[in-house]
Amino acid sequence: MPRISGWSLIRLYTILVYVWMFTPIVAVIILSFNPQQFGSFPMEGFSFRWYVKLAHNDTILNAFKNSLVLGSLTAVVTTAVGIPAAMAFVRYEFPGKNTLNTLLLTPIMIPEVVLGVALLLFIRWLQQPKSFALLLIGHVVLTLPYVLLVVQARLVGIKRVYEEAALSLGANPFQTFKEVTLPLLAPAILAGMLFSFTISFDDVTATLFWATARSQTVPVKIFGMLRNSISPEINALGAVMILLTISIPLVAGYLSRRFRRG
Amino acid sequence: MPKSFQPGERRALEKESKSLAVELKGVYKRFDKVVAVEKMDLEFEEGTLVTLLGPSGCGKTTILRMIAGLESPTEGDIFIQGKRVNDTPIHKRNLGMIFQNYALFPHKTIFDNVAFGLKYRSVPRQETRDRVKRALEMVRLPGVEDRMPSQLSGGQQQRIALARAIVIEPVVLLMDEPLSALDENLREEMRMEVDNLQQLLGVTTIFVTHDQREALSMSDRIVVMKDGRKQQEGGPEDVYNNPVNHFVADFLGHSNFINGEVLGREGEYTKVRVEDGNEIYAPGSEAWKPGEPVELVVRAQKFDLLPDKEDVTAPEINTFKGIVKDRSYMGGEVSYFVELANGTVLHAISMVSLKPYRRGETVLIHVPPRHCGLLKREN
Repeated sequence: MPRISGWSLIRLYTILVYVWMFTPIVAVIILSFNPQQFGSFPMEGFSFRWYVKLAHNDTILNAFKNSLVLGSLTAVVTTAVGIPAAMAFVRYEFPGKNTLNTLLLTPIMIPEVVLGVALLLFIRWLQQPKSFALLLIGHVVLTLPYVLLVVQARLVGIKRVYEEAALSLGANPFQTFKEVTLPLLAPAILAGMLFSFTISFDDVTATLFWATARSQTVPVKIFGMLRNSISPEINALGAVMILLTISIPLVAGYLSRRFRRG
Repeated sequence: MPKSFQPGERRALEKESKSLAVELKGVYKRFDKVVAVEKMDLEFEEGTLVTLLGPSGCGKTTILRMIAGLESPTEGDIFIQGKRVNDTPIHKRNLGMIFQNYALFPHKTIFDNVAFGLKYRSVPRQETRDRVKRALEMVRLPGVEDRMPSQLSGGQQQRIALARAIVIEPVVLLMDEPLSALDENLREEMRMEVDNLQQLLGVTTIFVTHDQREALSMSDRIVVMKDGRKQQEGGPEDVYNNPVNHFVADFLGHSNFINGEVLGREGEYTKVRVEDGNEIYAPGSEAWKPGEPVELVVRAQKFDLLPDKEDVTAPEINTFKGIVKDRSYMGGEVSYFVELANGTVLHAISMVSLKPYRRGETVLIHVPPRHCGLLKREN
């Protein structure tokens, strides 16, 4: 019998933590293939029944469309705002720099409920109705810190001499950014976009406050469905969400490796 | 429009008027409260290789960066080919810059790296290809166009950086410690490479280094700096043989420093009594008055060591008896520390002929008067 060392105990413990974390997720996926209305183990068959039903549910399809559009727009807007901001923080000196940087990172630390209510109050004050634009602004605020952190970290690693070399060779600052800084930043930008998309795609709490009847996202929809009934359709929907949030980063990672190899 | 790559023709053009490529007038640079460069005038003649030499923090890199346009002077003016460039941004100065860590664009092929500067000079595609090819041939790395920088060694990368800088035919080539990231043998090779290329192209080059050997071996002129101040400026031999102060004498080569006092003229010599009581003869000069405190400088290489035997006749003056306290063998030469009877320890480096002296051996140590430098004593 092999001796039980401290390391094997730690290994066992780690495995248990993972089991604890992933069992519910795996259960959802397995149950989504259960043909019965009320799922229980052992399963009495295998069917795509709930997926088919899902595919014919217009409100859910609509919510899916909303989520995808919102997530993509959030990713694009956040990176478009985040890259220049990160450049400013890393490459230039200006008064109030640290304060501003901290302020932009606070959405990570503030509870989403507070953020959700705050934005609603703000929009009340501006006397504007809730809209898709509000939702988009909210999600940009939520995801901006992640893009800022990732891009800043990468930017610190890109040595100034590359830019100086480009400038000395006759490229103006904009050309230098386009030809040298941006390509070197690409992995961080991709990572930032993925963060933004997945966070936006998965967000429930803040989105609950901001979503209108017409701009429901999938997580909000699931939340609503859970309150009314426990339909196995939710399992199927959950499985699709899980698949999407896991596969997008994987595919992106694969593509970027392919891309780098040329 | 840049003219095509014709080194010979270029040099001929420059010869028409012996002019200044770069000039600094009263340039002063302060970072917050730290003064990096004290008010300084410098001139860089067209076609020469000038080295800014000094320990780290002496302001040499700051000067280079100000000429490049990466820093702007707090006060004073910088001229490139007679034109004041204080307000010209770096990308319009037409300079070639070489950095310590090569700074090749890691995401671009060697071709794209070298062709980078040509892109902003509207050079047609075919001409770009020809000029890149020629530049790579000049740095003796032909045919690497399609490789990535990470596939090349450090020395090769620095050659590419050199090609990238010369292909744009810059008015000045600025090099910031370009060899210090390379290992010893490669450094020697690259030093000659840079030197040859500079002479071939005749491009004005400003070279920043803390390595005295680099400075001495390749420069037309050396500017020795310390604490943001110019200490001495001149040709390599001049700076090495006639240092103007303790710092320069100490920074270039291994020197012995002994405090002393001038006794007076004696024939063709100036006689000096040094701290330990010995009397030394230095070259005669009217500059030294009797009683003046001086510092005697002798290069370690200038001492002659003779065996202490009866059949050996040593020169009468500047010869002392001592014991080898310590020695280190360095292949071609041996470094000795010789202790004189009165306790003074002298550092001597001599070529190995026959057998090196042993530790504890009694020797005669001599220095010809012409190798005894005298400096005004500093506090």
